[in-house]
Amino acid sequence: MDRYITAPYDDQTAKELHSGDYVYITGTIYTARDAAHKRMYEALEQGRELPFDISQNVIYYMGPSPARQGRPIGSAGPTTASRMDKYAPSLLDLGLKGMIGKGKRSDDVKKAIIRNGAVYFAAVGGAGALLSKSIISSEVIAYDDLGTEAIRKLQVKNFPVIVVIDSNGNNLYETAMERYKKD
Amino acid sequence: MRTIHVEEIIKNVKEMCIEANHYLTEDMIEALKRSVKEEEAPLGKQVLGQLEDNLEIASNDKIPICQDTGMAVVFLEVGQDVQVQGGLLTDAVNEGVRQGYEEGFLRKSVVGDPIFRENTKDNTPAVVHYDIVEGDQIKITVAPKGFGSENMSRIFMLKPADGIEGVKDAILTAVKDAGPNACPPMVIGVGIGGTFEKCALLAKKALTRPVNQRSSVSYVCEMEEELLDKINRTGIGPGGLGGSTTALAVNIDTYPTHIAGLPVAVNICCHVNRHCVRVL
Repeated sequence: MDRYITAPYDDQTAKELHSGDYVYITGTIYTARDAAHKRMYEALEQGRELPFDISQNVIYYMGPSPARQGRPIGSAGPTTASRMDKYAPSLLDLGLKGMIGKGKRSDDVKKAIIRNGAVYFAAVGGAGALLSKSIISSEVIAYDDLGTEAIRKLQVKNFPVIVVIDSNGNNLYETAMERYKKD
Repeated sequence: MRTIHVEEIIKNVKEMCIEANHYLTEDMIEALKRSVKEEEAPLGKQVLGQLEDNLEIASNDKIPICQDTGMAVVFLEVGQDVQVQGGLLTDAVNEGVRQGYEEGFLRKSVVGDPIFRENTKDNTPAVVHYDIVEGDQIKITVAPKGFGSENMSRIFMLKPADGIEGVKDAILTAVKDAGPNACPPMVIGVGIGGTFEKCALLAKKALTRPVNQRSSVSYVCEMEEELLDKINRTGIGPGGLGGSTTALAVNIDTYPTHIAGLPVAVNICCHVNRHCVRVL
């Protein structure tokens, strides 16, 4: 089913998204990948504030290529989500409502998704040129020294993603593979 | 003795880094186009259609096909009747990579130390492999490798008793474990035989063979076709979202090995299987 949503979004919206839905996101999302997650995690451990309020927000696991002049961003597709598995449950417990990446998640992440009523979306891996067209603006808001791994605030319009794990824990990677498997 | 100046190497490597990251080879484009027609899963078909559009946008708007513009893997076949003038060949390759990644707006994804992880900020050093060959030319292959799929690659040190069935099982295991993480549809490079490092190198190099070209060794060719069929029956599908297009090709190369061993390397590549070849 095709769905159009605005980010950030509330619990009710998250609850209405189901594994397999094709979703177009409009609004504000934040990028963070390996190094930014490590820093955020360390900040929480030391009792410091995160660089942005993640409550009801969506994190996109992505590190773009440099933008050519006059463009908001370079190529901008998802990176493998499992590398963020160590850090994701703490962020979900703080109210993170969505993650966009690609690839499998751990059981701990799945449990945290269910516990907090969040959603794991996949964007199409390796379609960075296409996905960049749905990004209207990009601004580094933290960890500038990390270069491509800095945290960016993105304005997106109809950014195309697919619900992989929904708030009930249904996992499209498992159900779809089972459906199309041939013995 | 023919001489080639390092400036010529630098210029070509620079251009090749940019070219490889914006345009796939014809065989890859054709394989993707065919898969859009053949895929049976509606969502899978939609994903493949997006990948086709992505290639168009990349070449028309000069945006890298994928934001992971890779670590630059460079194969050099150096004719033994060539003399390189003006500096070291390896330095020239790295300078070409440096200029290509800067001028081409490519992402700098290399960290200087694997533990301390500080970005080198120019995507160097490249990983360079040399072969000394006959003649007075230098053949350069630039193959930027993304790490979503690189991370899912495997080496299996099998026993001779495991035989061909053991090899097939190993390849299928690696592909199933990779699943959606490796950005399917994948291209599977396999090296069988040699030593621990030789099979890995064979697997990497196998990825640069056109996807529509099968091995000239008949049993290897059969294995490539059988494995491609089996992989496409796993159901993983485009983007791992289900379907019949999980891989576009399985390219296998072999090498003599030791009486006690049967090494198998599986180098997985995503659908952005990039390489660019020039002969100087």
